[in-house]
Amino acid sequence: MIRIFVFCFPVLFTLLSAAQPENGEDLLSLLGDSDPIIYSSATFKSTRVINGQSIENVAGGVMDFRVSHRFGTFNSGIHKMFGLDIASMRLGLEYGLNDRVMVGLGRSNVNEEVDAFTKIKIFKQVESGPRKMPISLSYFASMVMRGTAWADPNRDNYFTSRLFYCHQLLLARKFNDQLSIQLTPTFVHRNLVETKADFHDIYAMGYGGRYKLTRRLAVNAEYFHVLGNRLPSGNTNSLSLGVDLETGGHVFQLHITNSASMNEKGFITETTGEWSKGDIQFGFNISRVFTIKEKKPPLAQ
Amino acid sequence: MNKSLIIFCIVVLSSFQMMGQKFFTRNGHLGFFSKTNMEDIKASNESVTYIMDLSTGEINISALQTNFQFEKALMQEHYNENYVESSKFPKAIFKGKIDDMSKVNFKMEGVYNAKVSGNLEIHGVTKPYSVDAVFKVGGGHVLAETNFKVKCADHNIKIESSLKNNIAESIDVNAKADLTELKK
Repeated sequence: MIRIFVFCFPVLFTLLSAAQPENGEDLLSLLGDSDPIIYSSATFKSTRVINGQSIENVAGGVMDFRVSHRFGTFNSGIHKMFGLDIASMRLGLEYGLNDRVMVGLGRSNVNEEVDAFTKIKIFKQVESGPRKMPISLSYFASMVMRGTAWADPNRDNYFTSRLFYCHQLLLARKFNDQLSIQLTPTFVHRNLVETKADFHDIYAMGYGGRYKLTRRLAVNAEYFHVLGNRLPSGNTNSLSLGVDLETGGHVFQLHITNSASMNEKGFITETTGEWSKGDIQFGFNISRVFTIKEKKPPLAQ
Repeated sequence: MNKSLIIFCIVVLSSFQMMGQKFFTRNGHLGFFSKTNMEDIKASNESVTYIMDLSTGEINISALQTNFQFEKALMQEHYNENYVESSKFPKAIFKGKIDDMSKVNFKMEGVYNAKVSGNLEIHGVTKPYSVDAVFKVGGGHVLAETNFKVKCADHNIKIESSLKNNIAESIDVNAKADLTELKK
């Protein structure tokens, strides 16, 4: 009997001491917690790359008031002060229902259009952690109502003829703190088109990128390529270059572009300006965010 | 003879049990407060891991930077993106020890004040800290709390001059956790 205990004791002793490291150096590792998932954030500074949507949403409970402005083209001459006398604009109110879903409403004076949209995050790029995901994916859908008077008031005109639809998938990757790239496959449906020969459905591929120079300053570029020659010959692809300036609650986006419209179906399917002819417009977006619903940090119990 | 050996064994084993007693929580609190004339900034993290070895007085704390909740989403983005750079330095970690274990008795109910010293890593920079902490022991719980200050500059957190009026140089930190026994 004694022998059994004498034998047992050292075994138990080693077992116990093995289970409970005495040095305590790795107290945290005792819990065996796996590394947490860290999602990429701030892939772009703003909810727009330039004209087009970026992978970013406004956060839940946050209202974004946006003023977008495009001057006339540089080549419009001294009488129009090289475009500065002319203004196309869009006013927008956009709101994050939660951190995944945002909705927006905008009004622009180009063709008296009202646009309504939603943007939904489907999944997010994982920066580090046990799960891997190289890109972020969002879905964007918008509807635009054109307000201008009917071209031919004597014809049977239907309300639905004023409507346009746009669907986009946003695929973005933040390569590092500086560089982010986005691909934007786009589908636009137009209920009414000008001539019988025109297509109702337009497909396009958008390319967007940003390069962050400092904490507060980034340069952006964006190009929408309409696929399959489905637009009339006067139309061109939209190309824009710009900078993002961030100050506290504001983001200023300054850019040059050949598109006058500031909603998706507009700058993708209705751009007529040509860079080579100097149909370039200076423009800006100002974004000011207001926290409507504050996330109260719970105080210590 | 046999009996006494059994008793000896039990005593030795149970004392080992006591020696290795670890208390922990995954829902500890860590909050901070920056006060300037321009702006008050408040944030808190309610899923901080605390683990403590009652026999040695060793304490480890680990907080995920992205779990700090701010009142404004934009502040939270700036905190993670510009200041603590959470993608590079995802965690704030404290590893320390109660200086004088004779000041506390975790086997007895009571309130004990003790100094805790150790190293705090924020933003990839580790600095030694020594703080006054309170331990409330009772009912199978250890309630630990401390308040101290962290200087942004100490951890190489750069604040641009345009925001010097909005963000305090020295941030008030509150750590509080209700620890219970870690059972295996």
